[in-house]
Amino acid sequence: METEKLKAYKRVEAARSKGRPTGRDYIDNLISNFTEFHGDRRFGEDKAIITGIGKLKNLPVTVIAMDKGHTTKEKIAKNFGSPHPEGYRKALRQMKLAEKFGRPVLCIVDTSGAYPGIGAEERGQGLAIAENLMEMMTLKTPVISLFIGEGGSGGALALAVADRIFMMENAVYSVISPEGCASILWKDAKRMKEAAECLKLTAKDLKELGVAEKVIPEPEDFKVGSRNEKRVYYLLEDLLYEEFMWARKRPMEQLLEERYQRFRKF
Amino acid sequence: MQMYRGLFRKPKNTLEKRDGTADRSRPKIADDAYLKCPDCDQVLYSQDVKDHMDVCPECGHHFKMSVRRRLDLIVDPGTFTELDYEAMAPEGRESKKSNPIGFPGYEQKLSAAKKRSGEEEGVFCGLGKIGGWETGIFIMDPDFMMGSMGTAVGERITCLFEYALKKRLPVVGYTVSGGARMQEGILSLMQMAKVSGAVKRHSDAGLLYVVVLTDPTTGGVTASFAMEGDIILAEPKALIGFAGPRVIEQTILQKLPEGFQRAELLLEKGFVDDIVDRKRQKSYLKNLLELHSGKITI
Repeated sequence: METEKLKAYKRVEAARSKGRPTGRDYIDNLISNFTEFHGDRRFGEDKAIITGIGKLKNLPVTVIAMDKGHTTKEKIAKNFGSPHPEGYRKALRQMKLAEKFGRPVLCIVDTSGAYPGIGAEERGQGLAIAENLMEMMTLKTPVISLFIGEGGSGGALALAVADRIFMMENAVYSVISPEGCASILWKDAKRMKEAAECLKLTAKDLKELGVAEKVIPEPEDFKVGSRNEKRVYYLLEDLLYEEFMWARKRPMEQLLEERYQRFRKF
Repeated sequence: MQMYRGLFRKPKNTLEKRDGTADRSRPKIADDAYLKCPDCDQVLYSQDVKDHMDVCPECGHHFKMSVRRRLDLIVDPGTFTELDYEAMAPEGRESKKSNPIGFPGYEQKLSAAKKRSGEEEGVFCGLGKIGGWETGIFIMDPDFMMGSMGTAVGERITCLFEYALKKRLPVVGYTVSGGARMQEGILSLMQMAKVSGAVKRHSDAGLLYVVVLTDPTTGGVTASFAMEGDIILAEPKALIGFAGPRVIEQTILQKLPEGFQRAELLLEKGFVDDIVDRKRQKSYLKNLLELHSGKITI
């Protein structure tokens, strides 16, 4: 029983582990001719989210990827992958362009959450997320969200109102971090392993709940440069391509109705 | 000495006897007869506060207000009907489980909340008239697990927007919430997307949504339908934010400035349209509804 209990938290640790591929690594391996675009045209540039366009096989796509960075310097520049409102607004701007030019959107999600800071609040963190939820629901182009690590609450959902949710085997997605949940419920953040179990946050749980459509198997010790790393990208490339091609054939009205119903059922 | 006692003052009342053996048993006062205003520290007579729409008569502090009191405050008497949520659920939808992810201890918490608030869930939705204008109305409940949003709350509000869309009615909503209800895990988070979708459809049909943010409105509710109104109003000094003040302080390791995340600051920063105190709310809403009714009234 004890080992059973630890299982979910093991995944949380894996999702946060050092050396795990970040959004940038997925872009480098999945997308050719990637061109990055910066800034939200309102306030600034948020390095926690990379946006741009490129090709998935022969298909032009818009990519919006959260990126935590690898080195300490990168991590600081990227605010440890916690976006500010300008990050979400930059993402929305790119999604609107994708809609205009008929490009499917690939969102790559990896964040412990939207940043809880003074500046973020003063510039409308809640509003920025809310606007993304509303606009993505009726975005007239296929959207797939791929969870590669942490999926921290509203900050993750703001890039995940999608037609399909794919989750890496060790990615997690939760309304609150296990530590936060334990400290609120039991006034003891050290009971995070128990909380992780209760929250049903693993890829497998989420697929059972209907929150995610696919779980992408990971090789053991999935790290940048590890032996079977590239195999994951080959598999992903095929899966994403297939899904986008299928979605592109759907009449737009039907696609949007299915997206609405996808969330309506919860 | 005994003979001088009480010589220089008059007995205050008959209970206080001259000989110094005052009767110390006090008249019975109900515990809730008085309350203290958290803002100005004045001790107030509860009935006074009630008569002032749960607003401190001294300093204007807006106390938390129960759903039913709020309903009485803004809806024309006798015009409100609650939605039949069960009947409105989409076809083929399984009836809701009360503890959808089997979170330990959640059932007990739910039944305690039901007992405490006398309501079935954290939001009240229905149709009613505000100053004569037919409107869809939702009011969140501060007494029900702090207005937290789980599947039932999300479902009710979604049903309201879908119904209002069908009947081409505006929606007026009052928010108060600590955020998503963590005992329902990821399914609570999904409510943010679900309600946002319904708000978007309602909005795309050219219909009005006015939201009034009350103290406190935070977390997943702020990051969804609280910020999706065509017109966003707030009660004076309401705490409105995405992250709670404690979480921010723990993250940035410093104290937050006075007035941070309060309605007045949000107004200054451009995130709410207006601050409207309780006494003006009904006439304010009536005016908005009239201006958006498409009717020319003389």
